[in-house]
Amino acid sequence: MEEKDNLITVNIDGQDLQVLPGTNMVEAAAMLGKEIPHYCYHPKLSVAGNCRMCLVELGMPGRDRATGEPMLNEDGSPKIMWMPGPAIGCGTKAAPGMHIKTDSPKALESREAVTEFLLVNHPLDCPICDQAGECTLQEFSSAHGRGYSRFIEEKNVKPKRTRLGPRVTLDDERCVLCSRCVRFCEEIVDDGVLGFTDRGSYSTLTCFPGKELSNNYSLNTVDICPVGALTSTDFRFKMRVWFLKESNSIDFESSVGANTVVSAREGKIYRIKPRRNDEVNDTWMTDSGRELYKIVESEDRLTQCSIDGAPASAQDAIAKASDLLKNPSGGVAIVGSGLCSVEEQFALKAIAESVDAKGVYLVARYGDGDGILLSADRNPNTRGALMTGLIASLPEEQLSALGAQIDSGEVTTVLAVKEDLIAAGLTEEQLKKVTLVYLGAHRNDTTGKASALLAGLTQFEKSGTVVNQQFRIQKFNRVVPGPGGAIEDIYALASIQANLSEESFPSTVGSVWKQLGAEGTPFAGISFQSLSDQGQLLDGSAFDGLPFREGKSLHFEPKGEAVAAE
Amino acid sequence: MPLLHAIQKDQGLLSNEAAEWVAEKLGIEPINVLSVITFYPFFRQHKIGKRHIRVCRTLSCAMAGGAKVCDTMLSEFDAKLNDVSPDGEVTVEFAECLASCGSAPVMLVDDELYENLDESKTKEICDRIKTEATGA
Amino acid sequence: MAIHPKEQRLILKYADESGYTPDIDCYMKHGGYEMLKKAVGMDKQAICDEVKNSQLRGRGGAGFPAGVKWSFVDRKSGKPVYMVCNCDESEPGTFKDRQIVHKDPHQLIEGIMISCFATDCAKAFIYIREEMPKGAEILNQAIKEAKEKGFVGDNILDSGYSCDIVVHRGAAAYICGEETGLIESLEGKRANPRIKPPYFPAALGLYMCPTIVNNVETLCNVKHILEMGAEEFAKIGRPNNTGTRIWCVSGGVKRPGYYEVAGITLGELIYDICGGPKEGREIKAIIPGGSSMKILKNGERFKGKNRDGSEYDWGIEDIPLDYDGIAAAGSMSGSGGMMVLDDSVEIPVALANLMAFYSHESCGQCTPCREGSLWLKKITTRMVHGEARPEDVDLMKSVADQIEGRTICAFGFAVAWPVQSYIAKFEDEFREFAERHSKTDVDRTAAKALACNH
Repeated sequence: MEEKDNLITVNIDGQDLQVLPGTNMVEAAAMLGKEIPHYCYHPKLSVAGNCRMCLVELGMPGRDRATGEPMLNEDGSPKIMWMPGPAIGCGTKAAPGMHIKTDSPKALESREAVTEFLLVNHPLDCPICDQAGECTLQEFSSAHGRGYSRFIEEKNVKPKRTRLGPRVTLDDERCVLCSRCVRFCEEIVDDGVLGFTDRGSYSTLTCFPGKELSNNYSLNTVDICPVGALTSTDFRFKMRVWFLKESNSIDFESSVGANTVVSAREGKIYRIKPRRNDEVNDTWMTDSGRELYKIVESEDRLTQCSIDGAPASAQDAIAKASDLLKNPSGGVAIVGSGLCSVEEQFALKAIAESVDAKGVYLVARYGDGDGILLSADRNPNTRGALMTGLIASLPEEQLSALGAQIDSGEVTTVLAVKEDLIAAGLTEEQLKKVTLVYLGAHRNDTTGKASALLAGLTQFEKSGTVVNQQFRIQKFNRVVPGPGGAIEDIYALASIQANLSEESFPSTVGSVWKQLGAEGTPFAGISFQSLSDQGQLLDGSAFDGLPFREGKSLHFEPKGEAVAAE
Repeated sequence: MPLLHAIQKDQGLLSNEAAEWVAEKLGIEPINVLSVITFYPFFRQHKIGKRHIRVCRTLSCAMAGGAKVCDTMLSEFDAKLNDVSPDGEVTVEFAECLASCGSAPVMLVDDELYENLDESKTKEICDRIKTEATGA
Repeated sequence: MAIHPKEQRLILKYADESGYTPDIDCYMKHGGYEMLKKAVGMDKQAICDEVKNSQLRGRGGAGFPAGVKWSFVDRKSGKPVYMVCNCDESEPGTFKDRQIVHKDPHQLIEGIMISCFATDCAKAFIYIREEMPKGAEILNQAIKEAKEKGFVGDNILDSGYSCDIVVHRGAAAYICGEETGLIESLEGKRANPRIKPPYFPAALGLYMCPTIVNNVETLCNVKHILEMGAEEFAKIGRPNNTGTRIWCVSGGVKRPGYYEVAGITLGELIYDICGGPKEGREIKAIIPGGSSMKILKNGERFKGKNRDGSEYDWGIEDIPLDYDGIAAAGSMSGSGGMMVLDDSVEIPVALANLMAFYSHESCGQCTPCREGSLWLKKITTRMVHGEARPEDVDLMKSVADQIEGRTICAFGFAVAWPVQSYIAKFEDEFREFAERHSKTDVDRTAAKALACNH
């Protein structure tokens, strides 16, 4: 959306830069790779301008007062009139000819001054503060601070470790009053429960007595808090952040597909945070999506493959599964899942063709969309199933059609992936009538009935791609290894397909893309390796007629009339 | 703010219930109301004595003996600064510049401004307060 | 109070006459509202031009030319324009607006109405500080009276122009005197000043509409400008410092009080009008324009070059008592609240008193002022309690230097200037005080009483 003719020239530390008029100067400097340190500024929130850390020297080309003509230097360049005092970078919008100095002695002095003032009443909590290692105050103090303290008075005392809400703990002494959290709650979530009480240096962040910060985005305030004032109660004291290894992933909570970063150490996940994607989720994600890492170590985790209830090796289970599907007594039906990756759905499609499936189903999952980052479709990859051709229309929430097929005897064998058939509406009797092959990561009412049970992986233990409500394909990366007895889903499906078709089938995420991204396919030209971390928008117009249920959310406008899910 | 003034005049303080009521009336969050109440020294959430005494402490009044006036007030009512006096009659507080520096030291007794105070005048005012307290 | 012969009463001409009352009948008997009648028949721009040509400067503290301020108002957006009268008068040392509001409120109302008409304002607000409860009553009563006579409200004097005045009471916060802090307070929020740019009141003020914020005394002057004409008005005082000013003097003088003067020197005010220092005392220093301004030391020489090239070399009594004069002496005339410190006052203790004031009144929004003012208060309090260290003086100066210019509003300057100027001019006294008070047997009662830090 750039209009090249519209660009203006600004000058930062002697370097010219072309930007759109009105560009925030902090962002402009970032374009040149320069960081103007700041606390209260956030690209997705309104400008507050209260921390004063981004003070820079500002000058504009001078105009002669009498004639209105631009003033010129001896060499003909515009004479820059520098303001007597510093100006905040975040509050300054680019105008033609604007000059700023971000590293002049005056600018550096301002930073040192502001840093000193911030540290004056800040408690010496680093040894016990969760934010250590990812704390903006730590970083800027060491980069821009004085290096020693001149303050010998008593520091202010404020409430410490208060419960601000079910998931957020507040330490008021650490708060630097940047107001990011207040602005976030008001502007992004429209739940303005946070505010400041008292005045001056005694100003304190709080909720109204009796109210709490409990909305489903409360943990974003923890993310944006530049210090350790707002912390995640779940993560509190669990791990030092510098031990954590970060992997990029995608939130599987709904078809929004919020970009995430999952932090783990030595095979254990400690937390999930949002990852910035200006096209999908900005810098936010839901609180409920962050809980999902707990499925990795949940009690109902399948850690072992089995055949007819007896533990078996993965190879044996795969062989058994292939055998059951190759030699069914009647028709085969496939129940795939909107929780499967595109690669897995592609392999399932191949299997469906190999067995001449009598029915291919997905199980729909719907809930209320919240208009922000939780959509009505609680499957992250319904559209992947559509685009791989696994299904041609939107799935139902109940498997009544499959039930009918079972009752009529048309279907005698079912390959189910990640879906609890009983919860989806099949009865115990119906399940008894079929031979069941199941691939999934968790035990449920269905898994006990499987003749061949393949223990699979959660989205945190494998890599793959999913297609979100915007028809954007996004990739998620493996964070931790799965349990020893489990098998990677794409490998299991590929092996089964290879057995069924007696031709090899690519069994890794990387190799699958040679077929998946071949010419003429909806994913033409894409490979897992080359897919950007910000995803890629695909053409979903082929599915325009389908009654998708998602309503408006952040960065998403439904194409047709969204089916109201009130 | 006019709402808060009216409620405080009527009830003597601004309770959290009052804050919630105001929030609902104005269609804002209660925290916004509490935020305002705690910002402005005149709005209070605690009870004070029947008479509100505010002695100016800023430079001109301090130079003219404002501290002494406050001490006199406190001793006349046997009160502690900012507390309700034992007889419940007064709360004595310091206030910042009351904009009457030319007649320093000054103090406000409720809505009445008393200027050019000295020990005897202050004591007179105390006597008057005590007389008015008995319902005279 | 009797009017001193050296005064030149314009605004407070009748206010102190015996028998003069704040009601409208008394005001009209003295020619009140005649100028409003004249104004509504004039071309609006013509009135604005008169105000501009009169060179009237704001009387609230900054001294910005009022006519120029009026011309900045955004007329393109189509939003209503609001007039706000700043009657917060919280700058320590100032008590002139109190006189106008309590004794001659209709003059203010007439001034507001003329100004609103000239600038085509949709509505006017008078923000009066909470500590003037009687003033609010008086104003409300006066507005009621004015409405009855058609001077305020709908269709003023059958001119077709309508404008109402609303009196809004503050709640005891100094920062409400800052124009954007005032606007935030009027909107019912914490009085946090706004960042400028982009929130210049002339463009994005009250309710994000173009707003003019003027001081009480400034608005009163508008009537007189219309009465005598800009040219005559400009003859009072001197160029760029026109009209009278109501000076408020407090502290160590024989006759503290308010005096409306023009074209005199500081010495004439302090020695002639106010009678000089109290018996047996000498003047040590003068804070010229409210406690936020830099201090002037008695005995200091104030030297420099005038705009026309001539040089000046003044003692404190020679300083011309106006905007440019005091500015030339290195301070500002501010709100006209002059505080005289005699030799009974110890400068460090006075500073402690003021630092307690500023730290208490800081809104807390931006880092330097919030943390810096409290830090300065803690240092000065420690000094008064006898725990000063030699490096504290340099530390205070450094802290003040770090606050200055880095804040959202001028409060940063208000905190920094006293510290910088007191230390610059009385450094020896600071060091001597620190040394003397660090001894254990010193009687600190007087110092603590003056610092009054609670």
